[in-house]
Amino acid sequence: MAEFLQFLISGLTVGAVYALVALGFTLVYNASGVVNFAQGEFVMLGGMVTVFASAAGVPLPLAALIAICAAVVIGLLLHRFAIEPARGASAVTLIIITIGASILLRGLAAIVFDKQFHKLPAFTGDTPVDVLGAAVQPQSFWVLGGTAVVVLALYVFLEHTITGKAVLATAANRLAARLVGINTSTIMALAFGGSAAIGAIAGILVTPITLTSYDVGTLLALKGFAAAMLGGMGNPVGAVVGGLLLGLLEAFGAGYISSTYKDAFAFVVILIVLFAAPQGLFGRRVVERV
Amino acid sequence: MRALLNQRFITLIVLAAVIAALPLIFPSSYYFRVASLVWVSALAAIGLNVLMGQAGQVSLGHAAFFGIGAYAVAIGPTHLGIPPWAALLVGAVLSGILAYLVGRPILRLKGHYLAIATLGLGVLVALIITTESRWTGGPDGMPVERLTLFGWRVSGSYAWYWVTGGLLLVGTWIALNLDETPTGRAFRALHDSEVAAQVVGVDVARFKLQAFVIAAVYASFAGSALAFMNGFINPDQAGFLHSVELVTIVVLGGLGSVVGSIVGAAVLITLPQALTIFQEYEHLLLGLIIIVAMIFMRNGIVPSVSSLLIRRTR
Amino acid sequence: MKSKTALKSLLVAGVMAFGVSQGALAQGTVKIGSVLSVTGPSSFLGEPEDKTLRLYVDKINAAGGVAGKKIELVIYDDGGDANKARTFATRLIEDDEVIAMVGGTTTGSTMAMIPVFEEAKVPFISLAGAIEVIDPLRKFVFKTPHTDKMACEKIFEDLKKRNLTKIGMISGTDGFGASMRAQCVKVAPNYGMEILIDENYGPRDSDMTAQLTKIKNTAGVQAVVNPGFGQGPAIVTRNYAQLGMTGIPFYQSHGVASKSFIDLAGAAAEGVRLPAAALLVGDKLPESDPQKKVVTEYKQAYEGATKQPVSTFGGHAYDGLFILVEAMKRANSTDPQKIRDEIEKTKGFVGTGGIVNMSATDHLGLDLSAFRMLEIKGGDWNLVAAGS
Repeated sequence: MAEFLQFLISGLTVGAVYALVALGFTLVYNASGVVNFAQGEFVMLGGMVTVFASAAGVPLPLAALIAICAAVVIGLLLHRFAIEPARGASAVTLIIITIGASILLRGLAAIVFDKQFHKLPAFTGDTPVDVLGAAVQPQSFWVLGGTAVVVLALYVFLEHTITGKAVLATAANRLAARLVGINTSTIMALAFGGSAAIGAIAGILVTPITLTSYDVGTLLALKGFAAAMLGGMGNPVGAVVGGLLLGLLEAFGAGYISSTYKDAFAFVVILIVLFAAPQGLFGRRVVERV
Repeated sequence: MRALLNQRFITLIVLAAVIAALPLIFPSSYYFRVASLVWVSALAAIGLNVLMGQAGQVSLGHAAFFGIGAYAVAIGPTHLGIPPWAALLVGAVLSGILAYLVGRPILRLKGHYLAIATLGLGVLVALIITTESRWTGGPDGMPVERLTLFGWRVSGSYAWYWVTGGLLLVGTWIALNLDETPTGRAFRALHDSEVAAQVVGVDVARFKLQAFVIAAVYASFAGSALAFMNGFINPDQAGFLHSVELVTIVVLGGLGSVVGSIVGAAVLITLPQALTIFQEYEHLLLGLIIIVAMIFMRNGIVPSVSSLLIRRTR
Repeated sequence: MKSKTALKSLLVAGVMAFGVSQGALAQGTVKIGSVLSVTGPSSFLGEPEDKTLRLYVDKINAAGGVAGKKIELVIYDDGGDANKARTFATRLIEDDEVIAMVGGTTTGSTMAMIPVFEEAKVPFISLAGAIEVIDPLRKFVFKTPHTDKMACEKIFEDLKKRNLTKIGMISGTDGFGASMRAQCVKVAPNYGMEILIDENYGPRDSDMTAQLTKIKNTAGVQAVVNPGFGQGPAIVTRNYAQLGMTGIPFYQSHGVASKSFIDLAGAAAEGVRLPAAALLVGDKLPESDPQKKVVTEYKQAYEGATKQPVSTFGGHAYDGLFILVEAMKRANSTDPQKIRDEIEKTKGFVGTGGIVNMSATDHLGLDLSAFRMLEIKGGDWNLVAAGS
C-alpha cells in the first residue's frame, strides 16, 4: 500500500506540471488555433528567472513575481512579433514558427543565464511528510495545491467574467466573435500572456523538486502536448486530466513494469486511448464541414 | 502535357547539373561532407514531403524510419553477417512493413492527434534502439561496416558526395513523377478534402497508407546512406529532435514542393555550419532566422520565391 | 519554371559558399582544434572544458606561446550530436588544418570522430569517459579522463573493504550512465559483488522515487551505486533522502565531480561516496602530495576567471591541453606525427586527474591510484582515509 501511494503521489506531482503545460497549450490553441511549442520555455523561464533574481538578492516571493511578469512579457512579445505577423498562415507554418521561437528562447536563456542546473529552496522546507507509509516532499503539496488554484482561477475567469467569456467565444468561432465586437487580436494576446503565466507558475512551483536549467523546456513541451492530446485538444478539463494521467502512467510504469520502458508504456497507453477515442478523452466530436 | 513533362525533366537536369558543378567550387573535402549531408537530409525530406505536402498528413516521428534504415545496415553486417548492400534493402523493406502495419491504425487519426501518435511511434523506436544495447550498442551507438558495391569500397567524402547525389536524383525523379500519376492525384485529392475524395471514389485509407509507406522507405534509404557514410550510427538519428528537423526542412522549403525539400535541407544543414562564427549566439540566430523566414515566406521558400518571380515577370 | 530550379541552385551554392575558408595560416601560429558539447544534454561536461581551454590557451599565448608559436584555438560546439561532431572533425582537418585536437566531450561524439583523425593521422586527445575510446588501442587516439571501468573498480574496492557485497544499481540511460553500468556489471564478479536490482532513469527525468522505492523494497540490498552525470544523480540523491534511505551506503560516480552536485543535492548529499580526481580535494591534500600544486593552481585560476565551482571535466581538458603542449615542446615541431609520438612518450606528467605515464600500449596513462575515494561531509569533499 505504501509503495502504491508513493508511486501515486510522485506521479501526481509530475503530472501536475504536465497538466499546467497542457493547460497552457489548450488556452492558446482555443484562442488562436496555434499549437505553441514554445510553451515549455515558459516553465523554464519561471524557474530560471526566479533563481537568478533571488541570487541577485531579491526576496523569493518578489523574484517569483518578477519571473511571472517576465514570462508574460515574453508571451506577449511572442504573439506580437511571431504569431500576429503570420496570421492566416497554415497550421504547420505556425507550428514551425513556434518551434523557431523555442530554439530562440533556449539560445537566449543560455546566454542571459547559464547552462548550469539550479535549484530553488522548497517553500516550506525539505522534511518529508509521511502519508500512510509514503514519504512525500512538502513541495509536492504546493505543486498539487498550486495547480488546483490555477485551474480553479482559470475556470472562474472563463465562466464568470466577460473577458473570459470572450475567450470562450473566440475559441468557439472566431468570425462570430468578431462580429459581436470582440477584439480577437487582444484575446489572442491575452491567451498567450495567460499561458505564459501558467507555465511560469508551474516552473516556480516545481523547480524545488525537479531543478531547472536552460533546456528543460523541450521535454516538457513534448509531454505537455501529449497530455493535451490525450485529454482532448482544446478542452481545459481534458488538459488537466491528461497531464495527471500521463504523470501517473510514468510513475506506475516505472514502479510496476520497467523503469527502462516507462516512457514507452506511457506512449503506448496514449496510442491505445487515441485509437479507441480519436478525439482524446474529453475532446469534442469535431463535425467536419464538407 | 508536353510542357509538364518538360518541366519535370528540366528540374531533374538542373539538379544533376548543380550536383555535378558544385565540386568545382569546393575548396576541401569538408564541403563535400556538408553537401552529402544535405543530399541525405533532402532525400528523407522528399519522402516526408510526399506524406505531408502531397497527401497532407503530418508525422512528428519520421526519424524513426531514418533510424531503422541506419541501424539495419549497422546490425545486419555486424551481428547477422549480411552483406551491407543487402542490409540496405532489408532496412527499406522493414521500414516499409512497419509503416504499413502501424499506418493502418494510426492514419485513422487526424491533425494534431495524428501528430501525437506519430510522435509516440518515434519515441518508441528511439527508446528501443537506445535500450537494446546488445544489438544496437546502446546510447553511444555502434560502428557501421562500409558499403561495398560490386567490389568497390565506398568511403571518403568525395565518393559519398556522388553516391548520395545519385540517390537524391533517383529519389527526386520518383517523387516528381509520382505527382503526375493517379496515385499522386489521389494524394492531392485527399489533401484538399478527404470527404470529397471519398465521394469521388478515392480509397482514402489505402492512399494514406501508400504515402506513409513511401515516406518511410525514402527515410530508410537516407538513414542507411548516412550510416554508411559516417561509419558510425547512434540513436539520436532516430530521435524526436531529428524528426522535428525533418518537418522543419519540409515546411521551410515549401510543403508540396519536391525542390522545396532540397532547398530546405540545404538551408537547414548549412546554416548551423555558417553560424558557428557566432559561437554562443548560434541557436539564438537559428531560431530567429526560422521565425523570420516563415513569417515572410509562409508557404515555404520555393513557393514564395517562385510566386514572387512570377509576379515580377508579369 | 526554370527560374525555380535555377534559383534553387543559386541558393544552394550561395549558402554553401558561406563557409569558405578565411585565409592561410598566419606566420607563427599553430592551430589546435576542439569539438565540445558546450550546449545540449552534456553541457555540464562540455562547458567547463570549453572555458578551461580558452583560459589556458590565452595564458600560454601571453607567456609567448609554444616553441615560439602562438596557439590558435578553434572550438566547435556539437551540441551533443555525434553526427555534427563528425562534420566538425572533418572541418577541423580539412578546412582549419589543425595539427592536433583536444576534445570529444562524450563517448558518442568521440567514437564518431575517431575515424576522421585516424585517417588524417592527426593526434586526438579525447575527453570522454568510456573505456572503448582507448580499448582497442588506436595509434592517434588518447584520453585523459579515468575510464568508467576504473570508476566501478574503485567503488567495488571500497565496498569490499566495508564488507558490503550485495548492491542495487540505478543508472542513467544516457551514454555515460549506460556505459558505466555495463562496465560495473562486467567487473562485479571480480570483487565478489552481487547486483540484486538494476534500475534505470532517463537523463532528463525529474522524479526517481518509483525506482528507488523498488530498490528500497528489495531485501538484502547493502549499498546503492548510481552511474550517471548531470542533474539526474542530484535528483536521485534528493529522492534517496526523501525516502529515508540514507542508512544504506550510497555511491555516486565521477560524473558528478563538481561542487554544483553538492549545491543541488543539498543536505541529502551527506555521507555520499564517490571516486574522483584529487582536483576536488586540493586543499585537503598533504603538502607532500605530488598533485597538490597543480590542482590548487588550476582551481584558483578557473574559479577566479569563471566564478563557477571547479569540476573534474574542466580538469581533463587542462590535462589534455598540457599533455599536448608538453609533447609539442619536446617534439619541437608542428608535425602531427611527431607530436603523436611525443604524446605517447608522456611520463610523469602531473595533471589534475593524476600522474600520467603513457606508453605504446596505454594511451591513458592512469591507474587506479589516480582516483581518490571521496566522501561528502559538511557540504564539502573529504578524502576517505585508507581503512575506513
